Amino acid sequence: MMEILHCTVNGKPVEVGYDLRESLLDTLRDRLGLTSVKRGCEVGECGACTVLVDGVAIDSCIYLTAWCEGKHILTVEGLQGENGELNPIQKAFIEEAAVQCGFCTPGIIMSAVEIVGSGKQYTREELRKLISGHLCRCTGYQNILNAVERAVDECHKIVGK
Amino acid sequence: MYDLTSIYRAASVADAIAALERDPQAVVIAGGSDVLIKIREGKLAGCRLVSIHGLDAELAGVKVQDSGDLDIGPLTTFHNVTFDPLIRTHVPVLGEAADMAGGPQLRAVGTIGGNVCNGVTSADTASTLMAFGAQMHVQGPDGWRVVPIDDWYKGVGKVDLRPAELLCRIVIPKANFEGWTGHYIKYAQRNAMDIATLGVSCLVKLSADKTVCEDVRLAFGVAAPTPIRSHTAEDGVRGLTVAQAAEQIGDLALQDINPRTSWRASKEFRVQLVKELSGRALLEAARKGGAQV
Ligand SMILES: Cc1cc2nc3c(=O)[nH]c(=O)nc-3n(C[C@H](O)[C@H](O)[C@H](O)COP(=O)(O)OP(=O)(O)OC[C@H]3O[C@@H](n4cnc5c(N)ncnc54)[C@H](O)[C@@H]3O)c2cc1C
Ligand code: FES
Ligand code: FES
Repeated sequence: MMEILHCTVNGKPVEVGYDLRESLLDTLRDRLGLTSVKRGCEVGECGACTVLVDGVAIDSCIYLTAWCEGKHILTVEGLQGENGELNPIQKAFIEEAAVQCGFCTPGIIMSAVEIVGSGKQYTREELRKLISGHLCRCTGYQNILNAVERAVDECHKIVGK
Repeated sequence: MYDLTSIYRAASVADAIAALERDPQAVVIAGGSDVLIKIREGKLAGCRLVSIHGLDAELAGVKVQDSGDLDIGPLTTFHNVTFDPLIRTHVPVLGEAADMAGGPQLRAVGTIGGNVCNGVTSADTASTLMAFGAQMHVQGPDGWRVVPIDDWYKGVGKVDLRPAELLCRIVIPKANFEGWTGHYIKYAQRNAMDIATLGVSCLVKLSADKTVCEDVRLAFGVAAPTPIRSHTAEDGVRGLTVAQAAEQIGDLALQDINPRTSWRASKEFRVQLVKELSGRALLEAARKGGAQV
């Protein structure tokens, strides 16, 4: 059941053959080699597979590739600058020691990209809710929240300048 | 990879209905957050899908009809229900209920139509739609049909959809929301990513001086095998002061419910929740309507 998907992945036009039975997670990881997209629960519970589709954070494990024709998809691989430098959100995660084993990190960073992209400021309680679709088995979430808070603040400073 | 046999991506509602007529066994998929999980679990293994995903022009969005009734497209996602300005103005409690499903990524894909077509008692928007007396506008090979939500649920996982029919509009009549305020309480083990142990939605219409419940509507999720209204409670508290109504509504509701024991909670615990949370939901709904209680 092969088909060809035309879409934009991390800013580049992509044409890729895929099986109609694939989730977007399958296609991104196994065909495009984007291994920041983690295969966790595969039933929409953990958020490890989160990517942005047309700017909206979704769980790619419960999203069919067949729905992605013409869409813009963003993964952590698309966040780096031209010379490979980390994006301010990624830096905030390092500064705040928000990463332990790192399995949940790319997914949460993609939610943070969506949060920062909204251009709004949030209370800590609101941020807690906005990342509630992610499970982390290591950090206890506090440093992750600190990182997301920092990312929102720093990006506001940049925009404010 | 999902264990499915085929997927037909419909180009329009008419195209989807035609596809379902050709293959009545095919399963409709909207946001997929129930169907894909069932395929993973093996319950729908090998199924053939008809996808209505992306038919937003025909099936998504909220508008007010000329009659003043609120018209909700079934493909509207939980997120878009919550943030829709018309929902916020006319039926804010429905947006609040939609905002309690799953987590943010789930709310970006799960649809309100899927939430009431799956026939699941715990569906977070179902009890509020019940309380509002929503009308389900269904389209199929024989044209349109309207099913009052009171007649919609036919049993666990079963709703009044005939072969090749699609839910195409969810309509809340103006008289059912104008002058009403509501509150939904989802009782679950954690704040996000959990299914309701019990859901209570209460609407009130207050007297001009905001002290008396002129009318009340009360509906539950997980208090019976399907979402239900509690007419006994509604009839029993109509005309009482807000404080009296809040005091009595929980006990009255017990006559209409039929909860079960599941791994999540016992029947006894759910009975206790109905007793306790009905009054709380009523008080909060009345406060939103301006009652000083
Ligand atoms: C991790 C996770 C957490 C969840 N948490 C919650 C929660 O907290 N609360 C809650 O209520 N639900 C929850 N759900 C369940 C699910 O997200 C909702 O029921 C959602 O509303 C389903 O919508 P959908 O469009 O994704 O449905 P789909 O899976 O596409 O469809 C659901 C059912 O409805 C039918 N259908 C859909 N649209 C139509 C239509 N227009 N006409 C006819 N039939 C149709 C399909 O055939 C299928 O039987 C959760 C699911 C997951 C995976
Ligand atoms: S792998 Fe997608 S949510 Fe867990
Ligand atoms: S850092 Fe290990 S799961 Fe979050």
